[in-house]
Amino acid sequence: MKFLVACLLSFVTVSPALAEIEITEVTSPGGITAWLVPEPSIPFVSLEIRFKGGASLDVPGARGATNLMVGLLEEGAGDMDAQGFAEATEELAASFNYSVYDDAVSVSARFLTENQDEAVDLLRQSLVQPRFDETAIERVRAQILSSLRSDATDPDAIVGAAFDDIMFGDHPYGSHYEGTLESVAALTREDIVAAWEGALARDRVYVSAAGDITPEALAGLLDGLLGDLPADGRPQPEAVDVQASAGVTVVPFDTPQSVALFGHEGIGMDDPDFFAAYVMNVVLGGGGFEARLMTEVREKRGLTYGVYTYLATKEHAELVAGRVASANDRVAEAIQVITDEWARMAEEGVTQDELDQAKTYLTGSYPLRFDGNGPIADILVGMQMDDFPIDYATTRNEKVEAVTLEDVKRVAKRVLKPEALRFVVVGQPEGLDSTPVQ
Amino acid sequence: MLRRTSLAVALSVAALPAQAQEMQDPVTTFTLDNGMEVVVIEDDRAPAVLHMVWYRAGSADENPGSSGVAHFLEHLLFKGTEKRASGEFSKIVAANGGTDNAFTSYDYTGYFQRVASDRLDLMMEMESDRMVNLQLDEDDIATERDVIIEERNSRVENDPGALFSEQRNAAQYLNHRYGVPIIGWRHEMEALDLEKAQAFYDLNYSPNNAILIVAGDVTLQEARTLAEKHYGPIPANPDLQERARPQEPPQTAERRLVFRDPRVAQPYVLRTYLAPERDPGAQEKAAALVMLSEILGGGQTSVLTQKLQFETQKAVYTSAFYDATSLDDTTFGLIIVPAEGLSLQEAEDALDATVAQFIEDGVDEKQLERIKFQMKADQIYARDSAESIARRYGGAMTAGLTVEDVQAWPEVLQAVTGEDVIEAARSVFDRRKSVTGWLMASEEVGQ
Repeated sequence: MKFLVACLLSFVTVSPALAEIEITEVTSPGGITAWLVPEPSIPFVSLEIRFKGGASLDVPGARGATNLMVGLLEEGAGDMDAQGFAEATEELAASFNYSVYDDAVSVSARFLTENQDEAVDLLRQSLVQPRFDETAIERVRAQILSSLRSDATDPDAIVGAAFDDIMFGDHPYGSHYEGTLESVAALTREDIVAAWEGALARDRVYVSAAGDITPEALAGLLDGLLGDLPADGRPQPEAVDVQASAGVTVVPFDTPQSVALFGHEGIGMDDPDFFAAYVMNVVLGGGGFEARLMTEVREKRGLTYGVYTYLATKEHAELVAGRVASANDRVAEAIQVITDEWARMAEEGVTQDELDQAKTYLTGSYPLRFDGNGPIADILVGMQMDDFPIDYATTRNEKVEAVTLEDVKRVAKRVLKPEALRFVVVGQPEGLDSTPVQ
Repeated sequence: MLRRTSLAVALSVAALPAQAQEMQDPVTTFTLDNGMEVVVIEDDRAPAVLHMVWYRAGSADENPGSSGVAHFLEHLLFKGTEKRASGEFSKIVAANGGTDNAFTSYDYTGYFQRVASDRLDLMMEMESDRMVNLQLDEDDIATERDVIIEERNSRVENDPGALFSEQRNAAQYLNHRYGVPIIGWRHEMEALDLEKAQAFYDLNYSPNNAILIVAGDVTLQEARTLAEKHYGPIPANPDLQERARPQEPPQTAERRLVFRDPRVAQPYVLRTYLAPERDPGAQEKAAALVMLSEILGGGQTSVLTQKLQFETQKAVYTSAFYDATSLDDTTFGLIIVPAEGLSLQEAEDALDATVAQFIEDGVDEKQLERIKFQMKADQIYARDSAESIARRYGGAMTAGLTVEDVQAWPEVLQAVTGEDVIEAARSVFDRRKSVTGWLMASEEVGQ
């Protein structure tokens, strides 16, 4: 397929000093925008596409339809059946990955410069002309059912499902995006086509690229790639109120190590205190060995291999949440330590030393994320999904630097709520009993 | 089915070799006077650097009775030295905006930090310090032993597939330490002590047993100067022996096992065969096995997927796998997850029949061509990640291969013919050297 480069292209360029990447915004003649970091030194391109909405767009009675639909995008398109599409992709040495999560359908593509046009055309067919053949539907449905059967006896899957149910209730976030054995078995081809029309639409698409492609070439291919998708899709779901209340929910399951998820309502990225909360989380349990929970639960007491916390910023809900796993006879102690640390930080905030260390870690490690075409394209599309300005990479470290000890203290008191902290534990934990969810 | 074949392939294959030629790894190597090998991978696209030290010491180098000590020691390296308090290492890395971690396998233990390139000096100073100055106390030992037992709980005890895998591996290797889990048998982990950790450290952690890899925004000269400054002064360990682990005797009896666990929801059949690995200067057999695994199980158009998932629909999943990079004998594996209603015996029979038919029919040359083209393209894609290049060199060099072997490997793969693949299949699929495992829920009958 050939693409014409129109004269309507618009470019906006900024140069973040810290991340040392130059992001260019391009707009196609048809009005689709994309962010790009050109990198001509290696002859390939990473392209990322997101359709906001994802599995949360499932309609009542057809839970899992979006997931099944996404699993079928590579199972035949245009004149090609599943094998034909796979062969064509292999012949180009391109790779297309289609996935879905609560808030988006995600398409990650990688292709060589030398056969870029053929690769983009193949990708286009999978998005715009998927076949949804009955044989493919049955094959992929069987794979999903197999995966759901495995989930039923997997401690991580069990705890995830129980936690989401408690936090989000009837909202789509409250159930698993793959659906249930019953709902998936009942999905029809019509459900799948409707999910496709509802999820892959131009009014919710975000695109980014990094690699061996010019702004003109990228702008020129966008309309061909996505222009034939419907203009509008299904309406986005409503926001949800997180329903946590303090206590423990035990889901009995015969396995030696208990797995616990914990959390309560969080803070949105548009909140003026978000960066202070972000820094606070690094000190509390943000992944590193030096976080308080890692120090107290693992390094001092040897109660776990890993404990962490994170700020979940979903489209329609926010959480402060975390995970820990400990042997059945030790998990109660781990939970006690976490509860105490949660309360201590809510009460006292962090120390100047902890704040300084968290800031140098965050500002120093940020540029290291821009590590290759794939990661850069991924970061760029994420920034657009989060509605960040194109110069975000330049200003992000300043925002981290600006956080003061008082800010963290204030936000810790506001965001950490020991009185709402719910632990959901799967296993046979000793000395823990369920307390009612209010 | 429409096949978009000849034109695209002809064009692509004709066009690529010129480009792939230019895609040699940007790698330089040299050796310090104390025997420490150094690999420098230059990539200045971002102002960051990856600093890694790999030791030629993994779980298969442990003494009988102290399984897990290599991995245990990996954890303990984050405790104190004469200069630094326990836990300070990672704290300093983080305070410098970096991330760090470590990993242990059968043939190696590795440590790494990712930092801004101007912090390389500090990283080398700290890593060289803990190469020989580690100071362990009994408190460290007791707490960290609890941590690795929780790690075993997470990785193994909570996952019937992992428990099954341990039993199969133990049955596969009659004599070699590859039959013992990297993380260790639980009862031996519980008995790990300071003495065992210290002994493993004293013997194996020395510059003449280590490979330094620096990847990213660094010049060869900078890397050399810093390596000589920090690692150069450490004397070689004269007690270090040539690695000679107990080898496998001839395997002459097929092994079969059934692993039952109530937590299994999706039963499957997994078979492994003892298989040759890449050897220095002799990588051809391994290359043919790599191609065999790709042809049988490498994606949607592979033989097992096509026959068992698409045509007969007897499986929901199939795959073939082969780990070519290993110091001693490795394995080639086949897996089939049966479709609902099919017994494990029926699934195993279908798998065997498909492989036998493949050997009868020979290789589809078009498929082989596609795989080779993808492998050439992978050389281009691989350039995007200095870390993946670093891991490729580290893995190979700790498995007894040379830099020359690593660089020759893509061409050895390209030279494999269809006949080589069938020959490799006939040779490797010897049931006397195999272990067939059935994973199933407790209440199921073997059928």
